[in-house]
Amino acid sequence: MKESGKGPRVHITKRPEISKAQAFLIRAVALVLAIVVCAVVTYLLTGDDPGSVFKTIWEGSFGSSRRTWVLLQNVSILLIISLAMAPAFRMRFWNIGGEGQVMIGVLATASCMIMLSGKVPEPALIFIEIAAAVVAGAIWAAIPAFFKSRWNTNETLFTLMMNYVATQLVAYFIIIWESPRGSGKIGIINQSTQAGWLPQIGQYKYLLTVIVAAVLTVFIYIYMNYGKHGYELAVVGESERTAKYVGIKVGRVIIRTMLLSGAICGLAGALMVAGTDHTMTTTLAGGRGFTAVMVAWMAKFNPLGMIFTSFLLAFLQKGAGEVATQFGLNQSFSDILSSIIIFFLIGCEFFIQYRFVFRKEAK
Amino acid sequence: MKKFIAIAMSALMAVSFSAAVYADDEAVEIPEDFKAGFIFLHDENSTYDLNFINAAKQAAENLGMSEDQIILKTNVPEGQECYEEAMDMADQGCGIVFADSFGHEDYMIQAAAEVPEVHFCHATGTKAHTQGLDNYHNAFASIYEGRFLAGVAAGMKLNEMIENGEISEDEAKIGYVGAFTYAEVISGFTSFFLGARHECPSATMEVTFTGSWYDETAEKEGANTLIEDGCVLISQHADSMGAPTACEAAGVPDVSYNGSTIDAAPNTYLISSKIDWTPYFEYAIKAAVAGDPIEADWTGTIATDSVQLTDLNEDVAAEGTAEEIEAVKAALEDGSMHVFDTAAFTVGGEELTEDFQADVDDDPDYAPDTEVVSDGYFHESEYRSAPYFGLFYDEEGNGNPIDGITLLDVAF
Repeated sequence: MKESGKGPRVHITKRPEISKAQAFLIRAVALVLAIVVCAVVTYLLTGDDPGSVFKTIWEGSFGSSRRTWVLLQNVSILLIISLAMAPAFRMRFWNIGGEGQVMIGVLATASCMIMLSGKVPEPALIFIEIAAAVVAGAIWAAIPAFFKSRWNTNETLFTLMMNYVATQLVAYFIIIWESPRGSGKIGIINQSTQAGWLPQIGQYKYLLTVIVAAVLTVFIYIYMNYGKHGYELAVVGESERTAKYVGIKVGRVIIRTMLLSGAICGLAGALMVAGTDHTMTTTLAGGRGFTAVMVAWMAKFNPLGMIFTSFLLAFLQKGAGEVATQFGLNQSFSDILSSIIIFFLIGCEFFIQYRFVFRKEAK
Repeated sequence: MKKFIAIAMSALMAVSFSAAVYADDEAVEIPEDFKAGFIFLHDENSTYDLNFINAAKQAAENLGMSEDQIILKTNVPEGQECYEEAMDMADQGCGIVFADSFGHEDYMIQAAAEVPEVHFCHATGTKAHTQGLDNYHNAFASIYEGRFLAGVAAGMKLNEMIENGEISEDEAKIGYVGAFTYAEVISGFTSFFLGARHECPSATMEVTFTGSWYDETAEKEGANTLIEDGCVLISQHADSMGAPTACEAAGVPDVSYNGSTIDAAPNTYLISSKIDWTPYFEYAIKAAVAGDPIEADWTGTIATDSVQLTDLNEDVAAEGTAEEIEAVKAALEDGSMHVFDTAAFTVGGEELTEDFQADVDDDPDYAPDTEVVSDGYFHESEYRSAPYFGLFYDEEGNGNPIDGITLLDVAF
């Protein structure tokens, strides 16, 4: 290269500090750009009017009070699983086993509802099934944590593999409890007796889930920001050596945190089986254990921010389904739109962390 | 250029039989504000759902309904979402809602109980005849007859291979890739096998199960395992292109399901049977508009044009196959022949007797509850539309197929 003594024309440098307003502005610009790109892509690929596509996305979530409730339910479940992810990620423990932790909670709840139906009083059954789901989820998450703290195994692979184990266990028990024979389906559990079903608050099917999500959000926010546990998490996340130096028992923190994560995931499973779906399928978690990682990450593990990010993802997904139906497009098209928006939102974080410096031309 | 000639057998059938069925049907005008909703488990990438989607569009066209009058919702899982979609369609003013997957049933019943003024129709379900809801209905078709006819084509192909000296009589072994050990699958492969053995008496069959209705890798692997095991002809009851593509790669003839797979397997595809749901959709929508009751259990037949054979591949099929299928079909039609003729098969070396009971009504213990053998044949899809010709369970609880068929695994 020719030596000019001037340095490159453009270089990237880390921003020293950025105000909240500035960061917000960058995100807003990203969102607007994302919508513009979506509109262009829509028009080029389908010839449909982008305006009506966006209107349809909106109607997918807010077209009727039923749809809004369904959206709130979806947001709540996604938010609960994301809240479970946050503490572990704060301490740089890459738990991608949310899916499996939910599924094992699903299995625990369903097995209580099937095995104990009619054998114990209704309130006891509900208590037992929720306790079972919470404990099952906690144990499922604590296993990789224990191996990590004892033998420093790779938690990413371990938690990932535990997902498949949990899903296959669910598949196994579906075959055992299937009805009718050979169908590979168990249908609605206790449809006639409603044994083990969580109570419905008034006429609102999904209100209970929404309330649980709200309470958990506040709890996790306080846990992570105002408690000793939250502080220890942050220190372990920053530097394990520092943590050890100041006398934090790292292994214990890891196991304790994962017990909490797993317990919340298990609770999410219980809410799905006993609260809304009343069945068990291998796809009940539907990838939300993974989506939750994105939700938590996009919100920088801030529980209040996660309300927004989980809302955004659930909203886009509902809208995507509605677009596919109204315009006769394949569901994949709507996934393209959601992905463009998410790509811009994640990508803009780069511009919040870094800035481009242009070389001033010498006179 | 494609070398095959598509035989329009179904079209012939439509002319010869359906005229009689629909002749006394009054033309029903569908009002412009009447809507029909359709719930599908997957999208058009699944042959099963594609078959339903096409039928929904065709029925709407035949009835003169505009695009705005039908709502098609794909990728609806077998959970709470099905109930939500069904209710959402009722909210949007649908007078009738259809769902296509077995696991949707309980959620359709839930919706039907809440909205009595809307009809909820569920294909392949088993509970309508005992549920007691006026607005909840099941439907299926006598697809075992279509399977039997496809089996005739397979049997003739085996005969051709024997005559050409490619295989000996004892090597006439068919392979079958099934999804679950579910009555619908059992009834399907048994009728297919009986059709093949009707032509080729030395035929035997091996069956493997994938444990999924749609798992391309497992279906491909299943087909390959069977081929390695010495099967010289393959058929399947699962919804991906796994088996047809495995057969094309191995050069083994394949009898397909849910529609023609000739584009993916031009050198090995033989014939396919499928259920055409268009007649049912038309029947149910017309009844809903006219305010007539819809049957709790509707079974489509060859006569209603619900059971069809598609695209006999002349390049692969043995000579005279089309004529033989027509002859057998005529015999099935006039009742001189029955697919599950008790003289045509044995279970554990013995023929079925009239006191044999099948599990027709829904109950958690799978208790046999209905006598289904009379007049010398097993009456399939008569006591409810969904098939109930299942495995035969011995005292230890082991399920057995009819003699001549071997199950390689029964894990699912």
